[in-house]
Amino acid sequence: MAEATHEEVHRHPAPTGFIRKYIFSIDHKVIGIQYILLALAAVLVGMIMSVLMRVNLSWPGTHIKIMETLFPQGAPGGVMTPEFYLSLVTMHGTIMVFFVLTTAPQGGFGNYFLPIQIGADDMAFPYLNMLSFWVTFVGFIVILLAIFAEGNATVGSWFTKLGESWAGGSGTVGPIGGWTGYAPLSALGKIAGPGQGAGVNLWIISVAIFCVGSLLGALNFITTLLNMRAPGMSLMRMPLTCWAWFTTAVLALLSFPVLLGGGILLMLDRMAGTSFFIPGGLYVSGSTVPLHTGGSPLLWQHLFWFFGHPEVYIAIVPGMGATSHILSTFARKPVFGYRAMVFAIFAIGMLGFFVWGHHMFMSGMSPYSAIAFSVLTLSIGVPSAIKTFNWIGTLWGARIRFTTPMLFAIGFVSLFVAGGITGLVLGQTSLDFFFHDTYFVTAHFHLVMGVASIFGMFAATYFWFPKMFGRMMHEGMGKVHFWITFVGVYAIFIPFHAMGLLGMPRRYARFDEYEFLKHSKGLVLFVTIAAIITVIAQLIFYFNFFLSIWKGKKAGDNPWEATSLEWGIPSPPPHDNFAGIVPVVHHGPYEFSVPGAPNDFIMQTDPEGATT
Amino acid sequence: MGRLLGIVIWGITIASVWMFVSGKWWFPASISEHGGSVDRQFMITIIVVGISFTAAQVGLGWVVWKFRDNADKQRATYSHGNNRLEVVWTVVTAVIFISLGIMGQRVWASLHLHNAPPGSLQVEVVAQQFSWNFHYAGKDNAFGRTDPNLIDDSALNYVGIDETDPNAKDDSVVSTLVIPANRPVELILRSKDVTHSFFVPQLRFKQDLVPGMNIRVHFTANRVGKYELACAELCGMNHYKMKSFMLVLPENEFSELATMPQDKFQARTAELMAKYPLPTY
Amino acid sequence: MVGGGWPKKPGSNGSNGNGKHRWFGDKRRFPKGTYQITIWILLAAVVMMFVALASSYIFLSGSEQWKPVRIPRTFLISTVLILLSSVTIEKARQRLAVDLRQYARWLFATLLLGFAFVASQLVAWRQLIVEGVYLSSNPHSSFFYLFTGAHGLHLVGGMIALIYLTVRSRRLLFGIEAEKRSAAADAISLYWHFMDGLWIALFLLLWFWN
Repeated sequence: MAEATHEEVHRHPAPTGFIRKYIFSIDHKVIGIQYILLALAAVLVGMIMSVLMRVNLSWPGTHIKIMETLFPQGAPGGVMTPEFYLSLVTMHGTIMVFFVLTTAPQGGFGNYFLPIQIGADDMAFPYLNMLSFWVTFVGFIVILLAIFAEGNATVGSWFTKLGESWAGGSGTVGPIGGWTGYAPLSALGKIAGPGQGAGVNLWIISVAIFCVGSLLGALNFITTLLNMRAPGMSLMRMPLTCWAWFTTAVLALLSFPVLLGGGILLMLDRMAGTSFFIPGGLYVSGSTVPLHTGGSPLLWQHLFWFFGHPEVYIAIVPGMGATSHILSTFARKPVFGYRAMVFAIFAIGMLGFFVWGHHMFMSGMSPYSAIAFSVLTLSIGVPSAIKTFNWIGTLWGARIRFTTPMLFAIGFVSLFVAGGITGLVLGQTSLDFFFHDTYFVTAHFHLVMGVASIFGMFAATYFWFPKMFGRMMHEGMGKVHFWITFVGVYAIFIPFHAMGLLGMPRRYARFDEYEFLKHSKGLVLFVTIAAIITVIAQLIFYFNFFLSIWKGKKAGDNPWEATSLEWGIPSPPPHDNFAGIVPVVHHGPYEFSVPGAPNDFIMQTDPEGATT
Repeated sequence: MGRLLGIVIWGITIASVWMFVSGKWWFPASISEHGGSVDRQFMITIIVVGISFTAAQVGLGWVVWKFRDNADKQRATYSHGNNRLEVVWTVVTAVIFISLGIMGQRVWASLHLHNAPPGSLQVEVVAQQFSWNFHYAGKDNAFGRTDPNLIDDSALNYVGIDETDPNAKDDSVVSTLVIPANRPVELILRSKDVTHSFFVPQLRFKQDLVPGMNIRVHFTANRVGKYELACAELCGMNHYKMKSFMLVLPENEFSELATMPQDKFQARTAELMAKYPLPTY
Repeated sequence: MVGGGWPKKPGSNGSNGNGKHRWFGDKRRFPKGTYQITIWILLAAVVMMFVALASSYIFLSGSEQWKPVRIPRTFLISTVLILLSSVTIEKARQRLAVDLRQYARWLFATLLLGFAFVASQLVAWRQLIVEGVYLSSNPHSSFFYLFTGAHGLHLVGGMIALIYLTVRSRRLLFGIEAEKRSAAADAISLYWHFMDGLWIALFLLLWFWN
């Protein structure tokens, strides 16, 4: 029970009117939901793109009527052009990594629940918070614009008028250089290939805008967590979700500016004739490139991956926090090794800044630095292993309640192990000779970053939905969603390892040019079927989510019998979270099954003396 | 539900392990001197990976089976952890992972920290969108001067050979990589336009070709035959078919070829390409 | 801490009629350290971007086409101007608690020096262009314009904050509002000093590492 220590104090009054309440809101809860909705839209686009990619790979050369109808330029005669395929690869990666994995876990759930879990009435800077969402939203619009700038002749022609580097209307749905946008392919403009005109410019602008939005968010998260915790909420009493959001914010704070710097340099190369990434002596598409000289393609890779590696931890760490939190709640047991978990999150975050070179073993960089990066990379497996042991330790001796959020949290652990463990292979320089740029890599990062992260988000959604909307999601639908998705994602991504063992290179529009790939056909088809089924199953989730907002069973304050501060306030919470009353914290975050306590859980705000 | 979850997790584990051990999808046989070491290191690693994967998944499956809530109204074990256990499993994991990490540098170091041995056959490899060019020094063992300004694809001067250089007279530029077996080969890799990557799966070798850089690598192939060469760095729309071949010849066939002038070199290469089949997959 | 006499914030919804908006008075609602933490972490982000650019500079300095640009003399004037502006903003900060009018004057002086700095940068650019050294001439010249441009943009951001402070500088504030202003002035002056330091670092890098 929260103690009333002061009279009602409102930092800002409750908003009135639809626009202030739901559109331009400074309430962290509304902003959190906005980020989640953005991610839901983005992941739909990303999934559709992946299905199109799979269809192309499984039936190359086959005339597919629907492809011809939808994309007459990109798939003439129903057969996808290779550049169209590559633009799908690029946009799928960009949209998923930035607008799904870097929005919902942090900007979505973090924004909504960090202030509440630490006992604050809102973020430190509500207006800045609103700005960070809308900036991110604009970034999303810009990346969607890239689809039309390249895919639509009319829109493309508008961009072409802007200048040499803005040529559009190539028939792809965006740039073709992958989400990693390596120079010089990304720096040379349309002479390097279709989609490399307006598509790349818009991609850079979108990513740069995203960097700004992310930075603004990071400022808020760190300040709020350090400065606005309620009395009694010491750092070591914070739920692990808060530690995760904190670490993620620090990672974002320090890595996004480097990407922004790289993006600016790339833009200058494209538009201002500089040569940061373009060396001299090039001969592209039948003619020399006299204007550029003195640059280094490797520089782009260093800048990109210095950001890119922390980015993958940004994508997964919130999911780790949510998993720890949810596992503990439904195991009715404290998290095993809370301190070790905090230490592990820090170690992962910090080490994450020193391993970027493992993306570049074959790049031509110094082989000595490759060795250093490799050994450091294998070390980063240690804190990840600690977390896995502790998750299993949390479940040992538990009394597990198999609710939908719990299923997804357990699924997270399984997928994180499956994906993370192949890091031991890829992190070794000698093995990377074979596996670099093969489907073995694609298997690794999809499992450990893509799917595990999504499971973290699903777990968080099912868990916190009652608090956000005052209603429960449908359990039956949730369970069906879980089973199909859990089996489905394994069916999709485990075979990718086999493809990698065959030597199948990444980003190939078709596999029928090479004899050494001929045994991949069965695998490719199997994966496509699994992918189509799994993607369709996500409709169950969308249906459940939106239906339950209006028609779900009404939820009480604490349907899960959880302990953290958000479960002591109404569902949904009042405007300023704690109705003007400052909560006081007396207990740690995971006091479940405490011997001698009246219930099998003690809320953080329960009075002292309720044992521990 | 817990039992079902446990069973499904174990089932997935079994299926995944089967996929690896069945042998249906595996590396093509190695044809390089260092390939055996790479494969051995992989075996050690994948065994560690396999054991860790299986242990973790079986453990996870077991705990969700055994510790599911039931009607007996008992509480869970109240424990915040076990520091000694933490230390033990941290140290064990660190030792295993870092040992693997150190072992994994051996082949890398042998190939990359030493220059090509003297007497290596040198080939200049020039990649472009979307084909490969291999420049041989010919009988005089001296490469003719090349200059990017002299490149002219339409005139078939793909690598920009300076015809006025006497060393260039006996040079050949062809689209197939032809090398002798059991002799070290040094490739000097560069690119005309964007980053590409040289990859022959059987060689257990890969290296990016970066515009603006001349990257030297070396290896020794020890099995005669014809092998596909694939580009392994996204280079544009036809990346998927930037294909060529590596032909590994017995020493006598190779030395005969190496001294031929360009047109004969090309014709003879075509004959040898027809003579040697691709491996059976 | 509680009580009347304080001006009501316009549009306040004094919940029990006292017009209490507990900003800094109520540590838990909006603690005083907030601006300090935020400005430090903002500076950390800015540092990372400039470190990325500086690393790129060092990385490319090994290239054959690197042709170091002669640093225009105007840069020395820029340096003096920005150093002076650090002095003036420090004076403003110290005067805030004591004499509001002097606070305003010193802020204004800083602003003027800021404008003068930006002007001197533009003059330096002009000199280079006259000599035929452009953004795209060679990698060193590219960094030259890039560093000064990026720094200048960040400085302009600081100047906007200064304008905000200057505009509000004449208002008599008490209690929480005054504390907020003091915290804002501290934070903005830290940012300003940092811009000064960054300028020195970039200048030295351009001059000595080539």
